[in-house]
Amino acid sequence: MIDFALRTLPFLWDGLLVTLHVSAVVLVVSLVLGVAAGVGFAYGPLWVRAPLRLCSDVLRGTPLLVLIFCVYYLLPFAGLNLQPFPAAVIALSAFKAAHVAEIARGAISSIAPGQSDAGKAIGLTFAQRLAWVVFPQALRRFLPPWVNSVTDTVKGSSLVSLVGIVDLMLAAQQVIGRTYEPLPVYVLAALMYFAINYALSVASRRLEARFAYIRE
Amino acid sequence: MEYHLNFNFVWKYADKLWWGLALSVQLAFVSILIGCVIGLALALAHSGGNRWTRGAVAAYVEFVRNVPLLLLVYLVFYGIPSAGGFAYDATTSFVATLAIYSGAYLVEVFRAGLDAVPRGVIDAGKAIGLTPWQRFVDLRLPIMLRVVLPSLSNAFISLFKDTSLASVIAVPELTYGANWIKTNTFRQVEVWLVVWPIYLVTGWAILAALRQLERRFSLGRRR
Repeated sequence: MIDFALRTLPFLWDGLLVTLHVSAVVLVVSLVLGVAAGVGFAYGPLWVRAPLRLCSDVLRGTPLLVLIFCVYYLLPFAGLNLQPFPAAVIALSAFKAAHVAEIARGAISSIAPGQSDAGKAIGLTFAQRLAWVVFPQALRRFLPPWVNSVTDTVKGSSLVSLVGIVDLMLAAQQVIGRTYEPLPVYVLAALMYFAINYALSVASRRLEARFAYIRE
Repeated sequence: MEYHLNFNFVWKYADKLWWGLALSVQLAFVSILIGCVIGLALALAHSGGNRWTRGAVAAYVEFVRNVPLLLLVYLVFYGIPSAGGFAYDATTSFVATLAIYSGAYLVEVFRAGLDAVPRGVIDAGKAIGLTPWQRFVDLRLPIMLRVVLPSLSNAFISLFKDTSLASVIAVPELTYGANWIKTNTFRQVEVWLVVWPIYLVTGWAILAALRQLERRFSLGRRR
């Protein structure tokens, strides 16, 4: 049993690195896009908010698997021929960005408008107000749900296996294809996913406790 | 090179999509029903149990929540039967997976709901001589259900979207229908242009219907 696990582990390890790679890229892209969209939601005029709302609702209303297939099969039709990896990363990032945008929107609009007004009164520009007044306060509302949602990214990245990217999920499938031992391999892969995600959810709970000292 | 859209093949096999959609909704519905039973039972076990039951419930919740659903689908369909030397059909297996999955999320929902029932209501029930069973069925359960209704409808929408994963073990739901048409006619652009809106519109329609239901049953409704 232990021998089997040791022989299997190198293959799963390579897959795990791909899973982490996909997750990291998606995390960074979705964070940048999502926070930008969150600012648009909170401060933008109607012609900014309306299309953002539509995009967000469409992205969040589509099953992630369907979104991946749509990007993979529909973008070539729009003239953009993509390899599986970029296609899957685009789909995951767009999906994730919509969720990050909602978290950011909630965090930003939870800051009392008086804070922004006070910044205006002492002559701060919009960018300065965001950077020095709103974001530092919004951060503690943003961070715990965001770290928690990172687990969804890691879990969601398992769907890239269905367009042929050899992540942890597909690596496990390939090992099973050779050994015909589904149960131990799946359990091993599950434990690897669990280790990453459990650490993240513990971190999220710590952050929440860390930020709980301020009461409204 | 220009690509000419031709939806005829999609219409020709449209029944695969409609029956697929019907199956998707059914899968979500049956799964959430079983998931509710699991969730409620474990929430009660957690609130009334000792350290060991609480630990077991927490282990189940943490395991399911921190592992990808796709892996659970494979684990239940391929992994467990291979060890036990038995087999079940893909639909049963998927419903079981989704029920176990939603159960883990609903435990938390029901626990919060049970906590939200005011202590005074239970005491009042005791004072007028209701038995523990009556207090549970007539007081805690109905109040809790109203509290958790919004969370339940969110869970249902999310499960409806998760049914797309059933296609990987060949349950003939909507995504499977789409893949079938894609494989057999090579009209992948057209099929996804049709299936994507089907998912969106169905999801939004279910959401609108459930929001109506929530408004009807919300606590503190003024008459």
